[in-house]
Amino acid sequence: MSSLTVTDLNTSFRTDDGVVKAVSGVSFSLEEGHTLGVVGESGSGKSVTFLSVMGLLDPRQAQISGSVLLDGEELLGATPARLRQLRGRRIGMIFQDPMTSLNPVKSIGWQLDEAVLIHHDVSRKEARRRSVEILKQVEIPRAEQRIDDYPHQFSGGMRQRVMIAMALINNPTMLIADEPTTALDVTTQAQILRLMKDLQDEYKMAIVMITHDLGVVAELADDVIVMYGGKVVEQANVNDLFVKPEMPYTWGLLGSLPRLNSTSTRLDQIPGQPPSLLNPPSGCPFHPRCEFVMDICRKELPDLEASVQGVDHHFRCHLDEEARARIWNQKRAALATEETAA
Amino acid sequence: MTHFLIRRIFWAIFLFFVATIITYLIFWVIPANPAQLAAGHAASPEFLASIKHRLHLDQPIWVQYYYFLENLVVHGSLGRSFLTQQSVDSIIGKDAPVTASLVFGGAILWLSLSIPAGILSALRPRSIMDRITMTFVLIGISAHPVWIGLILSFVFGYKLGFTPIAGYCNFWPGAPGAQCEGPAQWAYHMILPWITFMILFAALYVRLVRASVMETMSEDYVRTARAKGASQGRVMIQHVLRNSLLPVVTILGMDLGLALGGAIFTETVFNLPGLGNQVIRAYNANDLPIITGVVVFSTCCVIAFNFIVDVTYGFLDPRIRLNN
Repeated sequence: MSSLTVTDLNTSFRTDDGVVKAVSGVSFSLEEGHTLGVVGESGSGKSVTFLSVMGLLDPRQAQISGSVLLDGEELLGATPARLRQLRGRRIGMIFQDPMTSLNPVKSIGWQLDEAVLIHHDVSRKEARRRSVEILKQVEIPRAEQRIDDYPHQFSGGMRQRVMIAMALINNPTMLIADEPTTALDVTTQAQILRLMKDLQDEYKMAIVMITHDLGVVAELADDVIVMYGGKVVEQANVNDLFVKPEMPYTWGLLGSLPRLNSTSTRLDQIPGQPPSLLNPPSGCPFHPRCEFVMDICRKELPDLEASVQGVDHHFRCHLDEEARARIWNQKRAALATEETAA
Repeated sequence: MTHFLIRRIFWAIFLFFVATIITYLIFWVIPANPAQLAAGHAASPEFLASIKHRLHLDQPIWVQYYYFLENLVVHGSLGRSFLTQQSVDSIIGKDAPVTASLVFGGAILWLSLSIPAGILSALRPRSIMDRITMTFVLIGISAHPVWIGLILSFVFGYKLGFTPIAGYCNFWPGAPGAQCEGPAQWAYHMILPWITFMILFAALYVRLVRASVMETMSEDYVRTARAKGASQGRVMIQHVLRNSLLPVVTILGMDLGLALGGAIFTETVFNLPGLGNQVIRAYNANDLPIITGVVVFSTCCVIAFNFIVDVTYGFLDPRIRLNN
């Protein structure tokens, strides 16, 4: 049984202009075979959270505190050598842009073999056998012939398959996918998501799906955390989140989902810009963009509060239960009429 | 590949014409009287006229250029010096190895210094090491090679007596009338010229390598390699180095041509009998065939270097190889 438990994770960067708090007080846990969706805008701290977990940030720039337990083993403060053993072996990671995430001057076979040889004392021939096998599993046609090709000879979708193959070649228990479909066209996105789901069923691994696309979350995730300004603003089981989201930022995200059967000509959007992490807004980080802002929002950061909808459903908002229920019901009704009117 | 070669050859021919025509135009513009120099001050007007006629200096400049082309194409010769009547081919054949010793020896020296220094600086930006290196870079870029050469020659050659002050020895023994010969003497005499010559380039290349390595280290595929569990050393050697040296190879091809120009200063300071020294002497004597000969030779060198770089680049970068 494998699991990842993150408690009170804080990551800050020293820059020339001051200290940037990229992640503050993030806690969550993830069980074997489950999928955690992590949603938020660019700069919300979702990628930095998992780069911190993986130990991939430059220790000269990033200061990390808190606790990251992988199967009970503390990763923060682990030696670089130990972290290297875990990376690529127990935790695989794939990234947003498959165009730039593969080394352009090495064949994909070389790069796959390397992933095997770093962690296993096997012959090159055996490494190559495993590389061909995993390429077949991620459905690359003519894997034996294509293995000596270079990254630029593959399409974006095929490259992301190669990335997935490379992350899974050592049979890890956890896969962290940082916006794996963002750079791909829509039909390719669907194929990659289906592939990840199939592979998860086969290998029983846990997946962290970092995305800004709630559609992807609805498709794949069991649990969701919504991040804003480096903080978790809502976390819940995926059904509970879609049934009763509890705070204005999540409402905004749901409202800005494109719907095919909608009559409105424009997408709803959340006005304003993501907050500066160098000079974060006081109180609740979302207050400058929130349409329900109150005085207290400017002064105090709301605590993570338990929701009445579902277990382990938490959110940050100063609005009281009655107001939140009323506003969400109105919003949901508005979204529903748009859909039925179509 | 054939397409690439044909394009290269046309480009080379074009460059050849541009370089030689410019040389002839400059010669035509400057008021010079090479026949007087060749004939001597006391020469009679008749003798001067006959010399002028023999050197085709009584003809318009384009006719002179035509003779030059004819000579090159029909006889495969760069002509003879106005002043000494020596064949330009043999002058270049004698002087080119000296310049080549300087340029290639210097290039090997500057690359073997600047690549490690650039990488170390890039690994620890803003460290003491990096700051000291960058200070030397600034000095190397600012100081003129003539000044550096004179200082080195004065301190190590004259004051301390570690090295010769100036002069050149042939690498291959057996040349008649040579005062010294053999690889050891050759290298001993070349130490200071190499250092003088390479300081500017070493400084430029440390900066280039440092910037290139730093840029490559922030590439996504380097993060991918680290996410695979690769060690720092493996990441550097397998993923960063080859990618970050690609731009260095490109610039090196251009700089080896440029370096021929820089060699003039070093050759003058250390009195090396190379092409640079030869061209300065020829310039003072208005000896057009020698100047043109050196220009043609240098142009061919630059074209050859660029060609070698293109081929190397295709070998280093699969994206280029397959697009061809």
